[in-house]
Amino acid sequence: MAVGPRVLEAAGLPGPGRQSRLREWWEQEHVFGYGLIVPAVVLLVALVAFPFGMAIYFSLSDYWVGSPGAFVGLTNYRDILGNEVFRQTLQNSFVFTGIALSLKVVLGVWLAMLLSRNLRFKRIIRGIVLLPFVIPTALSTLAWLWMFDSLYSVVNWTAIRVHLISAPGPNWLGQAEYAMAAVIAVNVWRGLPFFAITVLAGLMAVPKEFHEAAEVDGASSWGRFWYVTLPLIKPVLGVVILFSTIFTFGDFNIVQVLTRGGPINTTHLFATLAYQVGLSGGNLGQGAAISLFIFPLLALVVFFQLRYIRKE
Amino acid sequence: MFAYANLAPYVFFVLFPFYFMIVTSFKSNAELYNLKSIPFWIQSGVIMDHYALLFQKTDFVTWMKNSLAVAVVATTVSVIISILAGYSLARLRFRGAATFGTAIFVTYLIPTTLLFLPLSQVVVWLGLADSIYALMVVYPTFLVPFCTWLLMGYFRTIPREVEECALVDGATRIQTLSRIVLPMAIPGVICAVLFSFTLCWNEFTYALTFISQSANKTAVVGVTSDLIRGDIYFWGSLMAGALLASIPIVIVYVLFLDYYVSGLTAGAVKG
Repeated sequence: MAVGPRVLEAAGLPGPGRQSRLREWWEQEHVFGYGLIVPAVVLLVALVAFPFGMAIYFSLSDYWVGSPGAFVGLTNYRDILGNEVFRQTLQNSFVFTGIALSLKVVLGVWLAMLLSRNLRFKRIIRGIVLLPFVIPTALSTLAWLWMFDSLYSVVNWTAIRVHLISAPGPNWLGQAEYAMAAVIAVNVWRGLPFFAITVLAGLMAVPKEFHEAAEVDGASSWGRFWYVTLPLIKPVLGVVILFSTIFTFGDFNIVQVLTRGGPINTTHLFATLAYQVGLSGGNLGQGAAISLFIFPLLALVVFFQLRYIRKE
Repeated sequence: MFAYANLAPYVFFVLFPFYFMIVTSFKSNAELYNLKSIPFWIQSGVIMDHYALLFQKTDFVTWMKNSLAVAVVATTVSVIISILAGYSLARLRFRGAATFGTAIFVTYLIPTTLLFLPLSQVVVWLGLADSIYALMVVYPTFLVPFCTWLLMGYFRTIPREVEECALVDGATRIQTLSRIVLPMAIPGVICAVLFSFTLCWNEFTYALTFISQSANKTAVVGVTSDLIRGDIYFWGSLMAGALLASIPIVIVYVLFLDYYVSGLTAGAVKG
């Protein structure tokens, strides 16, 4: 602990030099506190806040790769909203997010319930369940690309052999509805572990007595789930749903590898369309405007997340 | 018994794509493209040709090195920045700390796909276009918010008295952080390192957007782009590459499974 200058004077010792004054200044809680967050703040201002401002500026300008354009107001937004492809993308995004998210919630809770039982090989099973979440998504999607191949699809091969469908079977990535189903299936495959494992953590926090009490009161297993388990895991589930909403909505990897938005734009999401228009097409202004459509949903999610945290 | 019967189809669903990758990567083209053969296993002998093509005809080794370099640098930088920021925001009292904490959390929620277009221009202005340095600079933007948030949770669990004792005994604040608090938060730091490394290694959007030269690609982008030439898909080598490029992550994952689980739940539940 630093000793005050008056004490030093009284003791006849030399006063604090510049270095120790600096040290004393640095040792103050608030100075030290601000000092430690400087690197993070600089990074996030320079590479998140500033680019975000740029995205807004791009979207309001006639900016092409290599040629900084003039301010054009809301022209880009007007153009996009009048564009058939964009409207298709808007619809795709909601269909994709709606179905994939519902499946992940229902299957995720179901899986978490199964995993919460006293299983042998618990650790190994959990390890396997998490695998799709850990492996690089773009690479595992390649396996799905091969499994959905127009000619050599193993899915079709099997379905034909067990007489589920007749040859040659659907062209998964070449027909609109099937392509959407394929993209959703891979998204669920990859996102389910996150739901299962987080809900599982929520389930583990539910005291056993709750179930026992409900059982003594004669609740059926469905009743126990609906009236006891579900309300107790609701907070965790809420957070996971909010997280997953934004990341499902903003998905890029799976669609880019599997369909690139095709066939005829029926699986485009905002991110893949923005990539196609802004980078492949070079129209950065319009591309930025498209990707900014993710923002309203992001704002909504942030709003609910923050409200939840405050309540905690 | 009921639980196992229900889990079995799911475990199959999870593992089949990986199994199919392995089978495909060792199968001869003649068998792969024969509609009459059974796709589930190898009948005409295991071959290494697809792996050979990967090493001889592509920059696969360079891609792996690039991925490793990017992941190591970005992870190191991000974890250091996050330890400082996380400790400050979780422990020190100063005006605006709560606001900064919220700001960090909000940036954590921003999907990379919102910012890849402007960042692709920023990278050009910084003179880092088409190089792995661009990724080393940009990856911390999503790693730092995540790690800071994760570490804040761990720092909060350390009793305040420990720090106060150290300060009273004459330790400076930086010494208190590095010698007293940090050693107690090691599990959190390991978690942050693991997740950062995985996120870097797996990142696709920025790596695809910023880099075009084959020799500068990361493993994930190299495998997904360079083995598809126009309409020709080198399926055997695609699967071989996907497998090999996933192996570093699988090894880390198997060794530190429990950290992954705890980090996953801490990141989401505490967040």
